Amino acid sequence: MDNLLSIIIFIPAVAAVIMALFLRGDDLAAQTNAKWLALLATIATLLVSLFLLAGFDPANTGMQFVEEYPWIAGLTYKLGVDGISILFVMLTTFLMPITILSTWSVSTRVKEYMIAFLLLESLMLGVFCALDLVLFYLFFEAGLIPMFLIIGIWGGQNRIYAAFKFFLYTFLGSVLMLVAMIAMYFAAGTTDIPTLMAFEFASEPMVVLGMSITGGLQTLLFLAFFASFAVKMPMWPVHTWLPDAHVQAPTAGSVILAAVMLKMGGYGFLRFSLPMFPVGSYVMTDLVFWMSAIAIVYTSLVALAQSDMKKLIAYSSVAHMGYVTMGIFAANQQGVDGAMFQMISHGFISGAMFLCVGVIYDRMHTREIDAYGGLVNRMPAYALVFMFFTMANVGLPGTSGFVGEFLVLMGIFQVNTVIAAIATTGVILSAAYGLWLYRRVAMGALVKEALAGIQDMSRRERAIFAPLILMTLLLGVYPALVTDIIGPSVAQLVTDYHAALPVVAEAATH
Amino acid sequence: MTGVDFPILLPEILLAVYALAALMFGVYGGKDKLTPMITWATAGLFVALALLVALRNGEGSLAFGGMFVDDAFARFAKVVILLSAAGVLVMSQDYMARRDLGRFEYPILVTLCTIGMMVMVSSGDLMVLYMGLELQSLALYVMAALRRDSVKSTEAGLKYFVLGALSSGLLLYGASLVYGFAGTTLFAGIASTLTEGHAPLGLLIGLVFLLSGMAFKISAAPFHMWTPDVYEGAPTPVTAFFATAPKVAAMALIARVVHDAFGGIPGDWSQVLAALAVVSMFLGAVAAIGQKDIKRLMAYSSIAHMGYALVGLAAATPQGVQAMLIYMAIYVTMNLGTFAFILSLEKDGRPVTDISSLNQFAKSEPLKALAMLVLLFSLAGVPPMLGFFGKFYVLKAAVDAGMVWLALAGAVASVIGAFYYLRIVYFMYFGAEQDPVESRMSAVQWVMLVAVSAVMVLGVVNLFGIEPIALTAAESLLG
Repeated sequence: MDNLLSIIIFIPAVAAVIMALFLRGDDLAAQTNAKWLALLATIATLLVSLFLLAGFDPANTGMQFVEEYPWIAGLTYKLGVDGISILFVMLTTFLMPITILSTWSVSTRVKEYMIAFLLLESLMLGVFCALDLVLFYLFFEAGLIPMFLIIGIWGGQNRIYAAFKFFLYTFLGSVLMLVAMIAMYFAAGTTDIPTLMAFEFASEPMVVLGMSITGGLQTLLFLAFFASFAVKMPMWPVHTWLPDAHVQAPTAGSVILAAVMLKMGGYGFLRFSLPMFPVGSYVMTDLVFWMSAIAIVYTSLVALAQSDMKKLIAYSSVAHMGYVTMGIFAANQQGVDGAMFQMISHGFISGAMFLCVGVIYDRMHTREIDAYGGLVNRMPAYALVFMFFTMANVGLPGTSGFVGEFLVLMGIFQVNTVIAAIATTGVILSAAYGLWLYRRVAMGALVKEALAGIQDMSRRERAIFAPLILMTLLLGVYPALVTDIIGPSVAQLVTDYHAALPVVAEAATH
Repeated sequence: MTGVDFPILLPEILLAVYALAALMFGVYGGKDKLTPMITWATAGLFVALALLVALRNGEGSLAFGGMFVDDAFARFAKVVILLSAAGVLVMSQDYMARRDLGRFEYPILVTLCTIGMMVMVSSGDLMVLYMGLELQSLALYVMAALRRDSVKSTEAGLKYFVLGALSSGLLLYGASLVYGFAGTTLFAGIASTLTEGHAPLGLLIGLVFLLSGMAFKISAAPFHMWTPDVYEGAPTPVTAFFATAPKVAAMALIARVVHDAFGGIPGDWSQVLAALAVVSMFLGAVAAIGQKDIKRLMAYSSIAHMGYALVGLAAATPQGVQAMLIYMAIYVTMNLGTFAFILSLEKDGRPVTDISSLNQFAKSEPLKALAMLVLLFSLAGVPPMLGFFGKFYVLKAAVDAGMVWLALAGAVASVIGAFYYLRIVYFMYFGAEQDPVESRMSAVQWVMLVAVSAVMVLGVVNLFGIEPIALTAAESLLG
């Protein structure tokens, strides 16, 4: 079991290669084979990853399941997980079979579609496990290619614009990150992430182009990484690619994008920004707070005005990610716990919301809210599921959505009351757009002619939602499932962060 | 001249003898009917010689009093040159035959050119350098104008010749200055005049002229003007050849000159190379954006790539030279695959090089489109393709040598550059519906394209072990 992480990462990739080499033809049989192979591979990955969860020791705040091999160019192939990354690995392996199952009705270029998703899974898992800067960058960047193709080939009407916007936004962000990585390597002489986390980057004030920069190199490095992660997250005002990408992406693409890929930004903040550049993070905390607060209020208001369901949910994602960044930079146990929890829970809920849209889109081929109404009459089961996830999205107590937001607000309140007050209004706004959406889509009399013959969810669709409902409820009533695992690592992170800060007070007085 | 020297030159001598014999054979044996046979024989000989060179080991040896050097560095470069030349020959055979270009002189010209390149990378003296360079260049001029009945091809040949002669002039002028101030043309002799770590002004001016002349050969900006026109005008197989072996030879030549002759004053040439690198990277990236012809685009792409290889050289360390060698090996491999693809494009039996004609190519030819996709992402330097590691190597070498700004410039230029490769992907996968272009591939081209794209992905594991070989080569150069 020494190579458990590698095994988890490469099962999907190997399945993709097998599919590419040995599956021939494009007839129905071949398509079904491709879907089954993909489903089995993702389920196998999930099962193997359960061993990871079982063998994980939460009390140990260091890296576990570490693998290290020398690689080319003086790099090391180093993998490992700690309390912060393991749940993202689990989230990914858990959601992939559901995603694959949701693509069952796709019939164009099925084999390629499945290959893209399998490769994407490998790369996403790699991002969360990589413990070498360059290896991380490699997985982080390479994930763009399959997503770019998924949106560009299988997306909606305006897919090409969306695919390019997605690629260029994220690519621009990551180049700044690459530049910062070069500078980090130059300063620290290594690309090993645990070593870098312990390394103290210079934080003396620096003069660049006549401006004195508090926090010096750390602030600059922080900003470079911030550019990349803020785009990925996405934070206001660089969120504009997300609604386009979501609207144009196929359902499964939206699910993965919202549920896993956005989390790479939050993971990046926790893995790089806080531990490696504590001073830089501290200096920029207020900026992040305000950006988050604006994101929560502004994008919630924008969500109210949407007529396209996917766009509405996309904007709601941006608002929810606002809580995440806010919680991370509150830099106390509740805040970071809450941010982590919010990310995991958002993975289930937003994934489910996009799947909900997918269900009716598959039937009516429109995402316009106005095209629906009174669905509860013809689709009771669907109305129930949709209701459940709308409530979870709003943050109803008893669902996982509540726990995350509550913890974050608790954390932020201790640090900055004004921001906490602003952020709390987001809870109300999310109820407004969430419930209004639900009313327009599901409630009322069924008057639209086109909806008269709409069918309720099939058995496959129910099977997709069952595990998501289960997880949302389970985490809602028993949050310790998550917090027990992340707790010690988060505590360590917060302690280290505050231990590094006295330097700031000193730097600020200069 | 002693008998001991001949075994050292054996590969070059064999090739020269073969070239003359093949010429006779072609002239008296039936001319163009023999082209396929001569092509395959030449390629076979290249591969055999590559093996011969690769299997030589041991310390470097000098021939003719140090004028000809055979060390691990030269061997590495020669293997790359021979293999890529062989690759270009076999994959263009089909194209040449169908376009009525199947002249038996073509493989022979390639052979002569290859001899020139092998002499270049082994040169230990300015005279030998010039000899090798001219032998290579003269063969290239003729090849560029191979399609005699085409205005564009003739123009390409003439343009290349005029500018090439100018650059040779620069180079010779530099060589004469160096000779004047160092009193010798032997690299080892020049190096010994630099013992104090600084050089007389005349020597420095000579060095700059030498570098300019050689920068022309690798088409580094601002000496790149000929490249797009020649790439576009020359028949595609010739373009493919231009983009591969001669670039390696010239790049190795620069490394040879700066380290063997001017190794004592790295500061003086390192900044020149760094400047060339930055200008090339940015010019290649920016100017390629507006191109509509895929061959012109590849010309700008090669300018940018030469910029990256120069970043490695500018570092002036063994790691830098190693990075350059690895970069060139990867670059050549990528270009072989890409040109195999370009060669196969046609419409109604006529070759097509218009990028927009690739619209929806992925629909009709999913496998080729996928292979090309991998290559394009690799050329752009997007991980996890091998192209990323090439860039990573040179940037790392620059950082290690303390040239962080150069590495940063390289990183920024690579993003700009990614855009135009992505544009081709855009046409292939998302373009508007239209009459699809055909891709008629010979078996060789198909194998080349697919194998190269597989290499780009699989190389991630361990770069096929060229890392230590390149390091040995680099160390043999820097002693």
